[in-house]
Amino acid sequence: MAFLMILPSIIAIAIFVYGFIGWTAFVSLTAWTGIKPDFTFVGLDNYVTVFGNGRFQTNMRNTVVFTAFFLVTCLVLGMLLAVMVDSRVKGEPFFRSVYLFPMAISFIVTGVAWRWIFTPGSVPNDPTGVNLLLQRAGLGFLQSNWIADNRVIPDWYPDWSKTKLGVPMAMVPVIIAAVWQMSGFTMAMYLAGLRGISEEIKEAARVDGCDELGVFRYVTLPLLRPVTLSAVVILGHISMKIFDLVVSMTNGGPGNATEVPGLYMYTQVFSANKIAQGAAVAMIMLVLVALLIVPYLRSSVSKEVE
Amino acid sequence: MTEAPAATTEAAGTAAAGGSTAGGKLEIFSWWTNGGESDGLNAMFDIYKTQNAGVEVINATVAGGAGTNAKAVLQTRLAGNQPPDSWQVHAGREALSYVNADQLEPLTGFFKEQGLDKAMPQFLLDQLTINGEIYTVPVNVHRSNVMWYNIKVFNDNGLKPPTTMDEFFTVAEALKGKGITPLAVGGSNKFEASHLFESVLLATFGPDDYPKLFDGTDTLWKDPRAAEAISTLGKMLSYSNSDRSAIGWSDAAQQVVDGKAAMTIMGDWTHGFLLSKGLKPNVDYGYMAAPGTTGSFIWLSDSFGLAKGAPDKEQALAWLAVCGSKDGQDAFNPKKGSIPARTDADLTKYDEYLQSAIKDFGSLKLAPSAAHGAATTNTYQETYHNSLEQFSSDLDEKTLLQTLTDAAADNTK
Repeated sequence: MAFLMILPSIIAIAIFVYGFIGWTAFVSLTAWTGIKPDFTFVGLDNYVTVFGNGRFQTNMRNTVVFTAFFLVTCLVLGMLLAVMVDSRVKGEPFFRSVYLFPMAISFIVTGVAWRWIFTPGSVPNDPTGVNLLLQRAGLGFLQSNWIADNRVIPDWYPDWSKTKLGVPMAMVPVIIAAVWQMSGFTMAMYLAGLRGISEEIKEAARVDGCDELGVFRYVTLPLLRPVTLSAVVILGHISMKIFDLVVSMTNGGPGNATEVPGLYMYTQVFSANKIAQGAAVAMIMLVLVALLIVPYLRSSVSKEVE
Repeated sequence: MTEAPAATTEAAGTAAAGGSTAGGKLEIFSWWTNGGESDGLNAMFDIYKTQNAGVEVINATVAGGAGTNAKAVLQTRLAGNQPPDSWQVHAGREALSYVNADQLEPLTGFFKEQGLDKAMPQFLLDQLTINGEIYTVPVNVHRSNVMWYNIKVFNDNGLKPPTTMDEFFTVAEALKGKGITPLAVGGSNKFEASHLFESVLLATFGPDDYPKLFDGTDTLWKDPRAAEAISTLGKMLSYSNSDRSAIGWSDAAQQVVDGKAAMTIMGDWTHGFLLSKGLKPNVDYGYMAAPGTTGSFIWLSDSFGLAKGAPDKEQALAWLAVCGSKDGQDAFNPKKGSIPARTDADLTKYDEYLQSAIKDFGSLKLAPSAAHGAATTNTYQETYHNSLEQFSSDLDEKTLLQTLTDAAADNTK
């Protein structure tokens, strides 16, 4: 009976999720270029082409940079906000909502708004957006090219790589926008975690002679570990699949300095009609996200069994 | 819109020729959403509605320069067997992708029936012919190699707009010294750098060799002139604004009319954009062939085809009749800032820029545009646009030459 209840959703997921994953995997092994399907089997050729492509290597660099900075900043900022909100400030519900609201906005909207903010204008004399604010505030020396900045720091270009390794400066505004949107969400997760820690445990630590910093370091933080893990998984899979924010904010530019695999997949499939290559990129992205999520699922399932 | 009443008298004739269509619907798919473009499209819709009363016209537009976004949506619909009745495609090699995929209905008979084979220039018909058949009806012709400049900036500084590359660099150096951006270049629409590059290629290779760059082989990309063109482009970009990737072609044109920049090289849809801003040619802005391309005309043409298995074939044929007709083209083109693909246009309807373009189109050497599908397929264009945009950012000449050489064969797909 219970099985019958879940049967419809199992069928729907089997077709619309796993069926299409299977189809994409199949297409990625064919020679399909052009509007008309071509199912000639070519093995892993598309994967070899994609990994050997300087543009895709740039995409992978960008994903690593974006994920690392986005994750760390969101976690630190989210935790800070949660601790602040949790410390019985006046008007706590108000601040909670203020921090959480950006999450309710679509990444496209966030991208367009932050694009306007970070469009540099003509530096230094005729700036726009944040550069204009800096100029007016007498902080003109802080002006930068933001989303048009083509520098990669450090500009490391080893022989085995077809792309410059380092942090593409144009990615910084994108990370700022993403953090602006998602740190409130991280705060909400941590806040729930903090509220779940019983006051008695903290009290016990204090009785044992722990100061407030010690309570946080040795009691609160370890008890928040499951929250951190969940946050890493949720934010991590968002950042690996990020597409809408980048499209609306930089469209991958300058050059390919902020292009991510999702955007590359999209242009290969829909602009260039390189369907099979796009499918290969999709499979690579799936594997990356799976590498993050599967261990998490296994650990949480095994805990439930215990 | 002012043309609509005049067209009414001819309505009966044309509609009868395309098969009278009472009621039903018609879905037209295009990427015309910007000022002059949508005005022109609406002017054609007005004529269509007068001639085909009761037909519900669905205007499916998807914004995005050079049709990048629209093509993505179209691709999905074609893959899902949900074609719009008629869609915009650049005339020339770009239609090849759709013909290869068996998505377009041949229109050779329709051209004869409508007298288009006599009304349009032979070279254009030759370019439109794929495997012996014509598949799309060209609505207009645009010129790509146009330089738009701020007359006042040049006068104030005692400079003359450059006609050769050497003159360009002399003028650019002088303007730079005065704190004016010599050349405004965009990038956010992803085709600005590649657009600029085709004028540089033409200036370097000349109109006879230029088309061979896009014949599907890498022969001419291995010619030393290819590397020379790339380094010329790099030098030009060094005289342009540093926020290229953050602004679009229309922002670049705006910088020129605002006097922040002196010149921009962009297709003559820029004219339509500037008109929609209430500006006047030869007063608020000047125009001439891009440096080094005087005597040549890089053309591109927007055209409409008939979908194979179009849901509303009868209505779509009536639409294509409007697209090809003198009335339709004379209503559309003055607003869009382009010239008709027919030779019998009513010159009085066109302003001075367009009249000069009509004259140039008939007298200069013609070369197909690479950035806008006249010489390139969708598959090739993506790499062409992206590699040039990347170059605009890092000015890495070696990588660009390598990428374009490797990609040459994509232009047959």
